[in-house]
Amino acid sequence: MGKIIMTKDLTFVYEAESNDSSKKIVLNSLNIDIDEGKFVAIIGHNGSGKSTLAKHFNALLVPTEGDVYINGMNTKDTSHLWDIRQTAGMVFQNPDNQLVATIVEEDVAFGPENLGIDPKEIRERVDFALNAVDMYKYREFAPHMLSGGQKQRIAIAGVIAMRPQCIILDEPTAMLDPKGRKEVIKTVQKLNKENGITIILITHFMEEAVLADRVIVMDNGKIALDGTPKDVFKEVKILKDLGLDVPQVTELAYKLKQEGIDIPTEILTVDEMVRFICQYK
Amino acid sequence: MSIQVENISFVYNEGTPFESVALKDVSFTIDDNEFVGIIGHTGSGKSTLIQHLNGLLKPTSGRIIVNGIDITTKKDLKDIRKEVGIVFQYPEHQLFEETIYKDIAFGPSNLGLSDDEIEKRVYDAMRIVGLDIKIKDMSPFELSGGERRRVAIAGVLSMMPKILILDEPTAGLDPKGRDEILHQIKQIHQMYNMTTILVSHSMEDIAKLVNKIIVMHEGKVSLIGAPKEVFKHVEELEKIGLGVPQITYLVRELRKNGIDLPDDVLTVDEAKKYILEYLRGVDNA
Repeated sequence: MGKIIMTKDLTFVYEAESNDSSKKIVLNSLNIDIDEGKFVAIIGHNGSGKSTLAKHFNALLVPTEGDVYINGMNTKDTSHLWDIRQTAGMVFQNPDNQLVATIVEEDVAFGPENLGIDPKEIRERVDFALNAVDMYKYREFAPHMLSGGQKQRIAIAGVIAMRPQCIILDEPTAMLDPKGRKEVIKTVQKLNKENGITIILITHFMEEAVLADRVIVMDNGKIALDGTPKDVFKEVKILKDLGLDVPQVTELAYKLKQEGIDIPTEILTVDEMVRFICQYK
Repeated sequence: MSIQVENISFVYNEGTPFESVALKDVSFTIDDNEFVGIIGHTGSGKSTLIQHLNGLLKPTSGRIIVNGIDITTKKDLKDIRKEVGIVFQYPEHQLFEETIYKDIAFGPSNLGLSDDEIEKRVYDAMRIVGLDIKIKDMSPFELSGGERRRVAIAGVLSMMPKILILDEPTAGLDPKGRDEILHQIKQIHQMYNMTTILVSHSMEDIAKLVNKIIVMHEGKVSLIGAPKEVFKHVEELEKIGLGVPQITYLVRELRKNGIDLPDDVLTVDEAKKYILEYLRGVDNA
């Protein structure tokens, strides 16, 4: 399996323009490899460096020191910029800031149009993208007539029309209601499973992170934990100390263990907990 | 301070092609010092409803009585706006002053209070939301998102409202920021006996904090009652795009599997207690 993203000693320092003393190390010598086709969740409290890291994955930011490679292309090499952006597309938190056209299908076509693609192929790409996010029947709607979850799926369709190998989503569900959140996450899972697109999901919702193949926990510009959801979420104490959360059933398992119950601490879902308790029947 | 909402309906753009009914015959009562949660998916009428509670919107029909005064017929709403404070979604987008102090002082300054009184109110409000007085002369725009939100909440608290309404105060915050804000809201409610209304998408937060839930769906109240009652209606809540806390799902599944637990468990600690009793009971049997 290829590595779609590699970072080598990635360090990023923010500098306030006028003031030398206000340098802030946001990312501190990170080495991360991401395998193609994986679903990776990145969690961490505000200011831990998650979003700054994500912006390095499609060359919106370039490292102060070290290197980032997307499909082998160094993000510092500006001749690859458009290839990198096409390989790795980004979706942001607020859907209203990402939609540019007055009709859904025109919005989705915006990216490919700028690549100078043949109109016939643009049509195919737009139809494919809208079907992939299950919004085809809304193709002639105005975006402002849609719900938040629907708008966010249009933003994802706009990225898909660029035929990316990887989609990076920076808190795509933060502004959505529970229904919209489910719609977006289902769409992301489908794109990963059926279309083999690598997904990098930054989120504050632990119930979304447990769905990933791998969870990376950021703290203070470094990686605090990295592993499968089961490996990561059993570290209830570390996560809580970092100001993060665990799913309620995981917290319950942790608390039962403290009471002397012999229970695996890597329980993540309601079903797993039900199975554990029912074996005592 | 209490609120009675009696049969209110509200129509946006009435008489135009864009006419849409946002509230249909909504009635409920909020008693003095209650902590009420309002849930419902986007477009269910939650935000339209709260804007009625301090007279920002007037119902197309029906009446709203705040502390015995019918605010739907009253012309001068100054007093009501002083007493019913609303913290809107993403309130930090409404900060505009050059210092934190000035921003929080904006409301009380317009009340014609003395400088001493204004200062006292600003400091009190900062203390309540956990902002260090030392940062008062900083620009609010130098702060983190969570801190900016606290400045915005302090700006409403400095008006010393008797009823505090918060529209998704934790949206977009990380788990720690979320817990801090909710903890402060709980403290404000307890210390100042403030009637508190919290609009939220997080069933877990609602379950932990409130004593009454109003569930909105398509402009109507679809359920109202104590959390333990409301969260028993799992199918109904799911049908309207909502849910129940994960722990409530767990207990429901366990009950389906024939394990005898109460049907109104909402928090991890409650579940722990009952499951421990169950597991230890099985051991001793």
